[in-house]
Amino acid sequence: MNETPVVPESDAPTGAPTANPASGRADLRPENINDAVIRLAGNSQDGIQSAGAFLARLAGRSDQDVMTYMTIPSTISGGPSLFQVRIGTGEVLSSGDEADFLVAFYQHSYQDNIDFLKEGGVLLYDSDNVEPNLDDKRFVYVGVPITGLTVEALGGTAKDKGKNIFILGLIAKIFSLDVEKLKRLISEKFAGKDESIVNTAMMAFQAGYAYPVGKILSHHYQFEKVARKPGARAQITMDGNQAIAYGLIAAGVRYGAGYPITPWSSIMEILRSELPKYGGLFVQAEDELGAVSLALGFSFSGYLAVTGSAGPGISLKTEAIGWASMAEMPLIICNIQRGGPSTGLPTNVEQSDLHQAIFGGHGDSPRVVLAASTVEDCFYIAIEAARIARKYSTPVFILSDTSLATRIEAFDEPDLSKLMIDPKPDLTPRASGFKPYDIERITQHVPPGARMIDGKYPLVSGLEHDEMGHPTGSPKLHMAMTAKRRKKLQKLAEEIPVPEVYGDQKGDTLLVGWGSTYGPIHDAAKLAREQGEKIGSLHLRHIHPLPNGLEKIFAKFKRIVVVEMNDQGVYGFGQLATILRARYCEPKIESVTKTDGLTFRVKEILEGVFKRSFADKKGRRDSPKRPLSGNGTGQDVDLARAEVIPQGIG
Amino acid sequence: MSETTTATPPAEIPREKLTKKAITADHPTWCPGCGDFAVLASYYKVIEKRQLDHEKIVTLAGIGCSSRFPYFVNGFGAHFIHGRAVPLASGISLARPDLNVFLFGGDGDGFSIGGNHLEHGARKNINLVYFIMDNFVYGLTKKQTSPTSPIGFKSKTDPTGAIDMPVNPMKKLISAGASFVARTHATQVNHMIQMIERAMDHPGFSVIECLSECVEFFPDVFDPADPRKGGSFEVIQERKWDNTPEDEMRHDVTDELAAYKLAQLPFPGVFGVFYQSDRPTKNALEKKWIESSREKTGNASDLELLQKTFDRMK
Repeated sequence: MNETPVVPESDAPTGAPTANPASGRADLRPENINDAVIRLAGNSQDGIQSAGAFLARLAGRSDQDVMTYMTIPSTISGGPSLFQVRIGTGEVLSSGDEADFLVAFYQHSYQDNIDFLKEGGVLLYDSDNVEPNLDDKRFVYVGVPITGLTVEALGGTAKDKGKNIFILGLIAKIFSLDVEKLKRLISEKFAGKDESIVNTAMMAFQAGYAYPVGKILSHHYQFEKVARKPGARAQITMDGNQAIAYGLIAAGVRYGAGYPITPWSSIMEILRSELPKYGGLFVQAEDELGAVSLALGFSFSGYLAVTGSAGPGISLKTEAIGWASMAEMPLIICNIQRGGPSTGLPTNVEQSDLHQAIFGGHGDSPRVVLAASTVEDCFYIAIEAARIARKYSTPVFILSDTSLATRIEAFDEPDLSKLMIDPKPDLTPRASGFKPYDIERITQHVPPGARMIDGKYPLVSGLEHDEMGHPTGSPKLHMAMTAKRRKKLQKLAEEIPVPEVYGDQKGDTLLVGWGSTYGPIHDAAKLAREQGEKIGSLHLRHIHPLPNGLEKIFAKFKRIVVVEMNDQGVYGFGQLATILRARYCEPKIESVTKTDGLTFRVKEILEGVFKRSFADKKGRRDSPKRPLSGNGTGQDVDLARAEVIPQGIG
Repeated sequence: MSETTTATPPAEIPREKLTKKAITADHPTWCPGCGDFAVLASYYKVIEKRQLDHEKIVTLAGIGCSSRFPYFVNGFGAHFIHGRAVPLASGISLARPDLNVFLFGGDGDGFSIGGNHLEHGARKNINLVYFIMDNFVYGLTKKQTSPTSPIGFKSKTDPTGAIDMPVNPMKKLISAGASFVARTHATQVNHMIQMIERAMDHPGFSVIECLSECVEFFPDVFDPADPRKGGSFEVIQERKWDNTPEDEMRHDVTDELAAYKLAQLPFPGVFGVFYQSDRPTKNALEKKWIESSREKTGNASDLELLQKTFDRMK
């Protein structure tokens, strides 16, 4: 919150959850705010994700910008879980380094998260389960017997299920949210289910909303109204995996195959139930190798298809992707990255599969690699991937990650009437002399069912082949065909727009990023500029091939610092930094990396780049519990030894 | 594509009779005397006889000597990777019911590296014809033990003789749920053609195991079933349901246990259709689901559908 919710000193209940008898403050005029970070902390079965999702959807519906951050343990049931919603009136690009408002369901939720609360922030806790340290005068304490009141409200039948909706009611009151819209969202969510479920949810919501929190908290807050730009499109709210799935549908992808793995699974779940409505089909295969092969069968048959996985599954698909390179078969491969290698950190975030995407294959096997930067971009990158796969008859990787997959953002509704692609295969007869692998042209796969006028039918092959697809051992042909497959990527590089630099267009420092780190890197550049740094930031969506002309941008800065969530590697550079250094032979390219499995905080990036402490405007300190560099050196190691976070299945 | 999954019909161009010449491509790279030549000849014969639309014949294969097959056929085709041709073919079959999907491979491709896909293709009952040329040896890589090599077979990887129990293809296929399971011999061309045609006419996962001799690395192994080499080619007598007492003795192809018993017979065993069942294909079941899904949308256009989804996310 830009307006820190400090309770006026005169009647501040700071440090004590006792009601202030002097105040009947529920009728106070709400304080206007334009940015708030709300963190809900509980266990995975408490439904805090759905409560957080309601808030995010409401914000989207109210034309507020919104971004969420969520962690779920990979255990099947139980374990700590949190959901953070940042709602803002302006542009919200990162989920917030610190929370203004923390809801703690349990003692461990309080203990693990209190250091993420801003000084002056509000701790709302379940007084049935949490005993906070009231002597810590940094925070405002609001104790509410959440469990007891929920059970009471629901007539004691539902145990403590419904706490999430109770809290939603409470938050709705404190932040003066649009109750009618929220209720509509709740009814929509449970639509089609037993009416009693909707009623129960409404009762819990009402109980939370009616709780006299005003007796304790002196303030209510209200988000500044956003004046909608004339002609602006409505906002839609979804997570990154939904955005990829619906982007693929818009792009005319009607077939696909996959195998379940966290965090990719929800894409295949959506496509499995959605595609039949469009006349298409998504198949759950017996394994990852079967999935990529089925998808290649779909593509061969004339329908550009999708497969996907996380790192371990992509490893299994690698041989078939090599075939797609050689046979020049269009295919979209989604890699929703998680911490690796092997089963690694199944529910954490990492950007450590970039080299796998670009180089993960036997032989020289060119493929295209794109990376989505925001949830909105997940939608558009899917369309771009399909465009490239068709135009260049090539496998295309879409890199996303756990943080994009699980976070919810609101964005302007895409204009579908301009975006929808017709998926029909082109079965028009092909003229005499057609060559599937014409050395002079970019290959266009011809699906079966298209008649060849000269009666000569094309064959697609994983063996090195001649222009008709028939095998050859000719050294000259292998050289020519290898070059042909490479040249189409060079051709693609020519048409990729050079990304815009945010901030200073020349100066001392250029931050370079890719993927889900877009928001924090952008905000880091913004904060550093506010403090007088000459700094810009550049974000890459097309990573392989790179757009032409980056060297002109690099020439305008003294330092190029690549910020990414992977290891610094044996030679001291992260995966993108390694590629950029190899590509541009530019010694001023540096690397800032981390491997703690969590998204970058803005201050973390700045400290990594400038090697000095970066307090924000209000001079807030950073928690000693959270190390600023995550590279497994120095104090990290001691902290790591002390830290045990339960890990579960993959 | 809202209206249907099928593709746009191609413009009509007059058709000539499909001849062997029209469907012949490269000269096979197989060793002289290889059993696979007869398989290729039988395939040409079936296509000629059935007069399939040339552009709708799809010939697919994985890796192995026999998997070179698509190069020798002038038609749409793909030479895929080792062991994964079943899922490749499944994708084609599911998306394009208008095509005739033929898959060729060997014992290593089908029963070893591709064993899992064979099981699941069978279980899902994907509509295609899968012809496995079984030579009991890895020929392309020059004589290593294959999953069907008999115990005692001396190969470069088992110089003192194979010790692992070989796969019994018929048993494996029947238990996996293949809905058409047959066995033939490359020297018995008429029988082979008959099996291919019956497999084509069967809707579902139709597999033919064909004993096809590798003259280079495992010569003479199939002689016991070759009458010209002194063996006997024993054909399964199928029930005719003619109410005769002798019919009682014949094989009911829908009887899974009886099929399993036939599969137990000692080498060289019997030939013909072991098992056939008419359970629904995945193609039909998915099509049904697609149709009911389309119907529920009121046959909305793609744009309307996605717009409706977005409206719910506002």
